[in-house]
Amino acid sequence: MRTATVPAPRGADGVLVGERSLAAVRVEGVSQTFERVGPAVLDGVDLTVAAGEFVCLLGASGCGKSTLLNLIAGLTRPSAGRVSVVSDRPALMFQEPALLPWLTAAGNVELALKARGVGRVERREEADRLLRLVNLGGQSDKRPHELSGGMRQRVALARALAQDSSVLLMDEPFAALDAITRDVLHEELVRVWTEQRLAVVFVTHNVREAVRLAQRVVLMSSRPGRIVREWSVDLSQPRAIESPGVGALATEITEQLHQEISRHAQ
Amino acid sequence: MPSDLSGSVRTRADVDQPRDAELAPVAPDRSVEAGLDALDTAASAPARRRPWRTLTHSVLPPVVFLAALVAVWQLVHVAGLKPSYALPGPADVAATFWETVTDGRAMEAIWTSISRGGIGFAMSLVIGTLLGLAMWASTWLRAAIGPIVSGLQSLPSVAWVPAAIIWFQLTDAAIYTVVLLGAVPSIANGLLTGFKQVPPLFDRVGRVLGLGGFSRIRLVLLPAALPGYLGGLRQGWAFAWRSLMAAELITYSPSLGQGLGQLLNIGRELSQMSLVITAIALILLVGVAIELLVFAPLERGVLRRRGLTTDR
Repeated sequence: MRTATVPAPRGADGVLVGERSLAAVRVEGVSQTFERVGPAVLDGVDLTVAAGEFVCLLGASGCGKSTLLNLIAGLTRPSAGRVSVVSDRPALMFQEPALLPWLTAAGNVELALKARGVGRVERREEADRLLRLVNLGGQSDKRPHELSGGMRQRVALARALAQDSSVLLMDEPFAALDAITRDVLHEELVRVWTEQRLAVVFVTHNVREAVRLAQRVVLMSSRPGRIVREWSVDLSQPRAIESPGVGALATEITEQLHQEISRHAQ
Repeated sequence: MPSDLSGSVRTRADVDQPRDAELAPVAPDRSVEAGLDALDTAASAPARRRPWRTLTHSVLPPVVFLAALVAVWQLVHVAGLKPSYALPGPADVAATFWETVTDGRAMEAIWTSISRGGIGFAMSLVIGTLLGLAMWASTWLRAAIGPIVSGLQSLPSVAWVPAAIIWFQLTDAAIYTVVLLGAVPSIANGLLTGFKQVPPLFDRVGRVLGLGGFSRIRLVLLPAALPGYLGGLRQGWAFAWRSLMAAELITYSPSLGQGLGQLLNIGRELSQMSLVITAIALILLVGVAIELLVFAPLERGVLRRRGLTTDR
């Protein structure tokens, strides 16, 4: 089903899609400026994410990590450089669940299926299956306001999975949740990732969260956004956020992050 | 003190055995998640309203107030502050009211006015919605006619009655013109406001899911704009009903059917104050009935489904 190398051109200028390779996402020399003479938000960013790889983009405010994610999602075009994505339309999760309040949990998931042209009967079945996958089996007919923040974010995850993309982009999806719920959702996400074999690009400013989740942590500098350094995380999943292995690497990365931030002090 | 000590000892033990912590991570047990879900949602279960509470909180207060109003009225009438042709007592008005209802004049007037109001509102609905859509779609059009449409909202539509009579003489067309000019701006503006209040995030969601322009409007933007639109419709109806009464009051002609406004005018011409009060009461009753039977349930349904009301 999820053939990672099927060419699927997006057709937008500067955004080439479907190069035959094992990379799910390939960002080459990408720069982004929003005003003609303004400072670069992103400056010469290179990033390759392999099929099925879990990568966390880490950085302080203003490092352009959300901008980079929007570029990969195809919502904006780069000022310079190339972005190629194996999937026609990568799934994207925001910090807010962004569920449509007039639809039920199942209705929200079905909307993504409908956009893909899935038939009515299959939509219902597939939505139920995806909600069961995120442990919301009995909640299909609840409306978003009847669900807790963590449950809404899981419905959003189910909706993203309903896009049946091999690339899942996540823009600080757990930043607004309490610590207990976040822990549980980390567990959930890793389980889903393991089962579905997705390439995940996860943006966060939380170092421990990055180490807890990712196979590779990429640190970005701010203004302009550049890739400073990356670490591969050789700890087996599932790993606990409070485990010493996660703590040690998080300490190292935090040190580097603080150095980067200090450069802006004047 | 002893308990503090044992706590710190346990923590140290964990740190001393990193291998164990790695091998036995936090339970991947999904019962933790299920438990959290139950804790997070149990408190929000809606409490059932008791019937007697509806009675004491919604029905009783207006009834008590009306009874008090009638009592004061009766007192003023008995005191003779005004001659009784100017202020008849509640009993006289009740008699006229009953007479108007039983001889069929009330039903005829209500039916004439409601059908006019309904037709006028339906026309306003179509025109106002199309206008609102056009103003939303074209920024040029919005800039061009937006201020005029907003201005029309605050212009009392009774001001159009003389013009309408000169254009259309004393016909139904004159009445509908006034109703339309009253209701269309509210409906158009309501729809526009509804669109403006749609969170930009919803549009991004539509784009991320891959919905094309038309499906995005139909499946995301229109439903998202519904609460604002309903507010506009409600206000549009109120303006339509007021405009209709103003128009009926002024365009009195035997060739026109007799609506509530015309009934009011007959009362004035006959100097029959009890008929005037009867007509005012009927106009008020119809307004309240439409509000309670049509718009309030519609709006409440939409808001409740989206969790935008707290039923208290």
